[in-house]
Amino acid sequence: MFQGRDIACERGERRIFTGLNFTVAPGQALVLQGPNGCGKTSLIRIAATLLKAADGALTWNGIDVAENPEGHRANLHYIGHQDAVKGALSVRENIAMWARIRATTDDQTEAAMAAFDIAHLADTPTQYLSAGQHRRTALARLVASPAKLWLLDEPTVSLDQAGTACLQQAIAAHRAKNGMVMAATHIELGLDDAQILQLQPQLMTL
Amino acid sequence: MNIFLAIITRDLLLAVRQGGATFLALVFFLLTVTLFPLGIGPEPAILARVAPGVLWVAALLAAMLSLDRLFQADFEDGSLEQLTLSGLPISLIVLAKIITHWLTTGLPLLLAAPVLAILLNMDNEGFAALLLTMLIGTPALSLIGAIGAALTLTVRRGGVLLSLLVLPLYIPVLIFGVSGIDAAVHGLNAKPHLLLLAALTVAAIPLCPWAAAAAVKLSLE
Repeated sequence: MFQGRDIACERGERRIFTGLNFTVAPGQALVLQGPNGCGKTSLIRIAATLLKAADGALTWNGIDVAENPEGHRANLHYIGHQDAVKGALSVRENIAMWARIRATTDDQTEAAMAAFDIAHLADTPTQYLSAGQHRRTALARLVASPAKLWLLDEPTVSLDQAGTACLQQAIAAHRAKNGMVMAATHIELGLDDAQILQLQPQLMTL
Repeated sequence: MNIFLAIITRDLLLAVRQGGATFLALVFFLLTVTLFPLGIGPEPAILARVAPGVLWVAALLAAMLSLDRLFQADFEDGSLEQLTLSGLPISLIVLAKIITHWLTTGLPLLLAAPVLAILLNMDNEGFAALLLTMLIGTPALSLIGAIGAALTLTVRRGGVLLSLLVLPLYIPVLIFGVSGIDAAVHGLNAKPHLLLLAALTVAAIPLCPWAAAAAVKLSLE
């Protein structure tokens, strides 16, 4: 169970949102919606502890995340705007490298490449890939090493329909194993039963 | 510990694949050192006199050359924030990167230095001291440099700012490195200089990763 209570966010002296509450239970998904600039990315980065909340607290099974931020980070996968894929390494090397850095005992690199249909590109250096294939390589990290919470910030950017379908399947399989998902997306991800958190743009300034 | 080693092997693999940085630092080292005989004349006695200083200054500049890429490449493609999510404290991630920087820059410079010392006609007594001071001193260059690299991470074209920040901090390393070799060349005891140099490096090992980690954390927000 991952919860946020009274979360507030400030960027450059400007309040983006205040008093935000959310709960993600095992097997559940939370979809963040709202217009550009309403703080979807900021909220996901706060959940990943990459950004400090101006106010409020995050809890993991009732325990404050601030008590053990490293432990929280090891529990989650974050897919941001940048792919964190190295052009000099092949697809397989990129995925396996992140699995090793996540201290995975059970390396699922091959399964991850199959899940995102990039197994035929396994030995291609990623600098020669298209934007969509690049993105699939980044998303394959999700499957290659297990993590309970997936934080996805516009994960479908530059994916085609088949790629989006791969992601939908991966998310469904993750939730079936009691995984949690928090996603900011404008595209349907097969998350019909997901909770929706509507973020409103704040016009007031400090 | 496994994550720590995984980060080092990753960075070493990338350094090998992308090549360049180590080679550039070495060529830069070689070129700057060979400029001195051209500039101040080929008089062997003068060259022997300035050799320790020239070698250390050139090594210092060469080590600085590759510093701006220490975190930059990973910062730009999002790898740095992914690394911080590995569950390892940021200071240890920084330390892993510093170790890789030393292995790919400091160590090659250390190995090339004796060859260049022959070119500069350095006295035979100085060779052991040269290797020792470089062995003890070059890790401090990577450690101190990491603070500058982390602070200039979000600055556009931070290279010049980086050298302005880092060079003054390199002065103690330079002083004790050169004075250690000079003492050995003149038949004096080099040990006190080596110990002071070692003290600098030992103090830098806990302090620099900690300071650089704070700067990295700020730039990721």
